Amino acid sequence: MSTIKIRAKESNGVVTVKALMKHPMETGKRKDKKTGDNIPAHFIQEISGKANGSEVIVVHWGPAVSKNPYLTFAYNGSKGDKVELTWRDNKGNQDSKSVEVK
Amino acid sequence: MNRRNFLKKSFLTAAVLATTTSLLVTPKKTFAAWPKKSFDITDLGESIKSVYGHNDTTETTKVKLKAPDIAENGAIVPINIKTSLKNVESIMLFIENNPQPLSSGYNLTSKAVPSIGTRVKMGKTSNVIAAVKSDGKVYTASKEVKVTIGGCGG
Amino acid sequence: MRLFGLIILLATFNVGASPEDDQERFWEYFKDRFPDTEYSDYKNGVYSIDLSSREQWESIEDFPPYEINIEQGEELFNTPFKNGNNYASCFENEGIGIRQNYPYFDEDRGEVVTLELAINECRIKNSEKPYSYYKGGPMADISAYMAYTSNGNKIELEIPNDEKAMKAYENGKKMYFTKVGQLNFSCADCHVYQTGTKLRADIPSPAIGHTTHFPVYRSSAGRLVTLHERFAGCLNRVRAKPYKAQGEEYRNLEYFITYMSNGLEINGPGSRK
Repeated sequence: MSTIKIRAKESNGVVTVKALMKHPMETGKRKDKKTGDNIPAHFIQEISGKANGSEVIVVHWGPAVSKNPYLTFAYNGSKGDKVELTWRDNKGNQDSKSVEVK
Repeated sequence: MNRRNFLKKSFLTAAVLATTTSLLVTPKKTFAAWPKKSFDITDLGESIKSVYGHNDTTETTKVKLKAPDIAENGAIVPINIKTSLKNVESIMLFIENNPQPLSSGYNLTSKAVPSIGTRVKMGKTSNVIAAVKSDGKVYTASKEVKVTIGGCGG
Repeated sequence: MRLFGLIILLATFNVGASPEDDQERFWEYFKDRFPDTEYSDYKNGVYSIDLSSREQWESIEDFPPYEINIEQGEELFNTPFKNGNNYASCFENEGIGIRQNYPYFDEDRGEVVTLELAINECRIKNSEKPYSYYKGGPMADISAYMAYTSNGNKIELEIPNDEKAMKAYENGKKMYFTKVGQLNFSCADCHVYQTGTKLRADIPSPAIGHTTHFPVYRSSAGRLVTLHERFAGCLNRVRAKPYKAQGEEYRNLEYFITYMSNGLEINGPGSRK
């Protein structure tokens, strides 16, 4: 199952993109209650937002962004645009999702 | 053919191809790689300096920072930043009293509208600072967000 | 006026009033306490009575983290068991849009049946291991999905004319008003008498509407929390020993407080702090 949910809506020439991602966004400072060990840092570092193949925004996140993080951004565009979001985390994982602007 | 020579030749060919390809497909605008150094800094002033190379920031009402007065829960604090300034290159969000003040950065192309939002963790009551780089200059808006803990909520 | 309402409430609950009377007294008390809040808005819990937190909550509800859980729940719900059967076969209307019918009193079994209990009974009946009621996970996801398909449906709990059913209701009611724990609080202390006031950094939510929006995605936990896990959490907070999730005590408690929310719409899952 995709870890990304995207909604993209156009109004007056501006497309607003809202995205929710499933990710623990661990800071690396929390301790496991049972073992006492530090839970290692695991968070999305970079998100690339593209419209019709060209980059609109590049987001850099630190672990202070909330768990199951949310992002919204906007760009000048039209209905039918293809919006693609790709995230990469500090462990080398990534996921991508595309939607059509409504 | 000698295997060693073959591999040597293959690597050379691959290297040439890679270089040529990357030269041909250089993107028009390259964004900075994930700024590890900035994300590690613990002092707000140092953090801002590491991002912009200086601390010359101007407060302005043209940067609109939306954040709650009192965060209902420090784990998810909704923040929105937008600005009427033109030619915005980037928007950065600092949380002064977090262990590392730089929480996130948003690098924009000319196609983007300078309006972003996210949800952040705040450890305690703190000033939240939105910094916008427009036409090479850095403008800011800030707001104190209170974070309370303790109660029957558990 | 507030004191008067409180006296009526206490007096009624001391006499053997009918559940309908109880519910009416509850509503009158809250109407008096929060004159500007519509009954139907109580499905929004504390946000029906506190404006400053409501704005943040609305911001999160615009694209809430539990949407991921609903999707996961839907997938789990639609995945057949190893024996080929599915959850739909255990519920009426194939399990869609039925959350408001729980909990109910099963006269044959002589006990209260909650939705989450029914989910696990469906699993056991089909030779699958039951899911845990704690710490989110698949039980909470399925419960969230089933709540979601039932959004907007009104709770219309009817207590059957059965001695055991009335006893279950009365036991739930008694538990609600009994002070427990080192802090010596009853459910009513926070959720009736102190609702709307500040208990340290929290504003206790009103009793009416509690069961409509579970399971909840709690920001502080970063995951879904089921109703019975929340009961246990509350008891821990007043330093009392919690009962087991889906045990008789909590099922009776759920029975009572669901009745107090009669007429409200299912509004789950919900986001909470």
